[in-house]
Amino acid sequence: MPASLVQNESIVAIDVGAAVTRAVMFDVVEGQYRFVASGQAPSTAEAPFNDIGIGVREAIINLQNVMGTTLLGPQDNNLIAPSQPDGTGVDAVVATVSAGPTVKTVVVGLLSDVSVQSARRLAESTYSRIVETLDLSDHRKPDQQMDSIVRSRPDLVVLAGGTDGGASRSIQKMLEAVGLACYLMPMEKRPMVLYAGNQKLANDVQEMLGGHAGKLQISYNVRPSLDTEDLAPASYELASLVMKLRQRQIKGIEELNLWAAGNVLPTAYAGGRMIRFLSKLYESTRGLLSVNVGAAATSVAAGFAGELTLGVYPQFGLGENLAGILQYTEVEDILRWLQLDIAPNTLREYLFQKSLYPAAIPATVDEQAIMQAIARQALYLSVRTAQKDFPIGAHASRTGLMPPLDLILGGGGALSDGTSLGQSLLLLLDGIQPVGIMPVLLDQNNLLPLLGAASSRNQYLPVQVIESGAFIGLGTVVSVIASANYGDQVLRAKLTYSDGTETRAEVKFGGLEILPLPTGESAKLSLQPLRRADAGLGPGKSGTVTVTGGALGVIIDARGRPLQFPSDPVRRRELIKKWHYTVGG
Amino acid sequence: MLAPMLHVLPLTTIVRERLLPVAGKVNARVNQRVNPTDVIAEANFAREHVLLDVARTFGVSAIAADKMIKVNTGDRLTEGALVAEKSGVFARTIKAPRAGRVMVVGSGQVLMEVGDARIELRAGLPGMVTQVIPERGVVIRTAGTLVQGVWGNGRIDNGLMVRLLQKPDDILSADQLDVSLRGSVILGGHVRDADTLKAAAELPVRGLIISSLLSSLLVPAYQMRYPILVLDGFGTLPMNSAAFKLLTTNDKREATVNAEHFDRYSGNRPEVIIPLPISTEPDEPNTYQAFAVGQTVRMRRPPNAGMIGAISNLRPGLSLLPSGLRARAADVKLENGETVIVPLVNLEVVG
Repeated sequence: MPASLVQNESIVAIDVGAAVTRAVMFDVVEGQYRFVASGQAPSTAEAPFNDIGIGVREAIINLQNVMGTTLLGPQDNNLIAPSQPDGTGVDAVVATVSAGPTVKTVVVGLLSDVSVQSARRLAESTYSRIVETLDLSDHRKPDQQMDSIVRSRPDLVVLAGGTDGGASRSIQKMLEAVGLACYLMPMEKRPMVLYAGNQKLANDVQEMLGGHAGKLQISYNVRPSLDTEDLAPASYELASLVMKLRQRQIKGIEELNLWAAGNVLPTAYAGGRMIRFLSKLYESTRGLLSVNVGAAATSVAAGFAGELTLGVYPQFGLGENLAGILQYTEVEDILRWLQLDIAPNTLREYLFQKSLYPAAIPATVDEQAIMQAIARQALYLSVRTAQKDFPIGAHASRTGLMPPLDLILGGGGALSDGTSLGQSLLLLLDGIQPVGIMPVLLDQNNLLPLLGAASSRNQYLPVQVIESGAFIGLGTVVSVIASANYGDQVLRAKLTYSDGTETRAEVKFGGLEILPLPTGESAKLSLQPLRRADAGLGPGKSGTVTVTGGALGVIIDARGRPLQFPSDPVRRRELIKKWHYTVGG
Repeated sequence: MLAPMLHVLPLTTIVRERLLPVAGKVNARVNQRVNPTDVIAEANFAREHVLLDVARTFGVSAIAADKMIKVNTGDRLTEGALVAEKSGVFARTIKAPRAGRVMVVGSGQVLMEVGDARIELRAGLPGMVTQVIPERGVVIRTAGTLVQGVWGNGRIDNGLMVRLLQKPDDILSADQLDVSLRGSVILGGHVRDADTLKAAAELPVRGLIISSLLSSLLVPAYQMRYPILVLDGFGTLPMNSAAFKLLTTNDKREATVNAEHFDRYSGNRPEVIIPLPISTEPDEPNTYQAFAVGQTVRMRRPPNAGMIGAISNLRPGLSLLPSGLRARAADVKLENGETVIVPLVNLEVVG
């Protein structure tokens, strides 16, 4: 149905996370779509419940309680749709899902630095863990490759390779290994296969794999030519294939899909779709960065001139995979974020014990500090991993630094459950370590993916909801890059408010400064760097920019890029305490 | 809100599926009484496969090669058996490189499975077979004590359970494991060194039930050939009082230690089963129930991780926790008389 005909419908958006299920109501208020309310409940994908429907209904009941309306039928406990004249029910449902085991994925391509990289990027745009990679440089015999696939027991195979009309014999060999491996697996365990290679071979692929794969999806080529990569169409097919896999794995997805008339998407895909859309809509000249630190995964979506880079990292999720982070980082790298004096072994045991109970939440101040430190490192690792796949145009001023951004948006349990907005901001600054001048927003109700899912139902809804202030503006961040010693003055800043009053700050290297500027207000910020520091205008360059306010105001982060910590642990902990104090404790 | 259950039950009916990982032959039948060591199903599976590319080897088309292949799908071949033959002036043959079975023939190729391995599935617990799942295994029903844990090294065995801990926070060390414990299931406390695991292997023991394990010992724990079941978790946690009381009162009884991996999707958990004689079959335990006042609960997270208490009040709405987070919570009266506020998501009902 065209959007114009359905623009006044109320929509319940449901997100089934690994730990929490949320139900959110979007409705038209004074002619504009608004985020109305949300309800949440623990997710029930895992045993002993094994049915997401239980958590979904509980979240909807909590939403009903908040709104004082009835959405579920009293007799059958089913959603009342469409909305009734008596005010009960809802017109439409959309949904996103991140719950479920990590998708074990085999990546197959021809050239290890061309099609294999595209297939890997495609696989990493969903909740997958790559368990095996096959390419032309693999010197194993075909039967060894086949056995390796069988042993890895994949849920998904992503096949790419060959430009359109290009190489075909080599791909056919790969298809043979994949086809035979599928044939050798029990029927109910055969993997889903996504083919996104040379389109000329589509019929051969159908013939060789159609009868053996759990489900075969043929998509557009991710590498139509050697120097072109186009992941978007294949990403959509992959998202749809992952939802089919989830239907096979998790009870209740099928019912949710019926409620949503097929509008159920992987959470990260839906969030990425919104970032691509916003990047185009706001004609972002630099980039938009969205991060989501959740139990299922940490995901990073970056939009540069309408081009999306989406990385989903279950290995950096804060749920059941928590202990797995130690395969990618040292305990000391997590400890560096902590203001507490904790032995490395204590933290190691903490990670293993917490991964037994992914849905549990920190009850003490110390445990909250530990979880926030882990979240910082998970975000830091995720952003650095995703950055490798940013488009060539997204230049960083120096190796190892982030490219300049127009906006940062944070979401996910670790950020939205933060005890204060200042803590959430500091987590984002520590994990991302942005450079330049940019506003930072917090998606406290984790709406972004739900807006992405709703956009296929109603194109006006996401824009209207965002413009109604659904995200919390934390403030404008100015990051200062300097070669200086701790305590050296690196910047003079002056904030001139609309009424002509001024606030000044002498910013020292290693510190954080906050200049108050309330939400909804803008002001002129004059920056005068010292010692050739770069405050976002270029090394040593002074200037005045217009900045917008937020819950914290204007935050000048002169802690250096990359962030440096004192080697003395006592001094480091004192410094971290000071940073926390500066953002509000 | 619904609560997950941790089963620590003195007497209950236990129903467990015992399944082969691959299709095979089921030896047991419905209503058969089985002992833990009885082989109830077995299967052969191929460790490897060999692909013989006849067309490529002979340099002919796939259609021509198919005509030269002398074996059929399902044939069992000995090493060196003829697989394909090209006649003519330059006659050539392809022989089976190893003994095995032909899986599929076609497109000028022969796929063989080789390196047969045999799996024997033991009952694991004593009881009655109530259902046969064709080619996969059985469902066994028994009655007895059931204590669930949080981690297992994937092995299963049974034997006489011998108590080696006096207090819930005792440490199990290698010097406690003497030859008189050979063939026993050891009930110990916290394990903090690999020597203890090795000493148990050298006896050998039939199983180790412990309160907690250092995470650095996970690799050696996986390598042990006897089951290791961790009841409370990683680090230096004492045994929860419910499991401690129940297991220590069952000293010198036959116990089955099923240290299977905790699978959060299937719900399979590592557990100890102590079969008991019954006159009337007790009820099967619930897998979940709604939180309610009076329930015995175990705290999953600090500050009272592993402690047992009873819900004295379910707080309305959201409660502010010391961490600064807000969540649905309960007042829980601990065994030491202290009452604490605990978020519901950090609790599991014991029963």
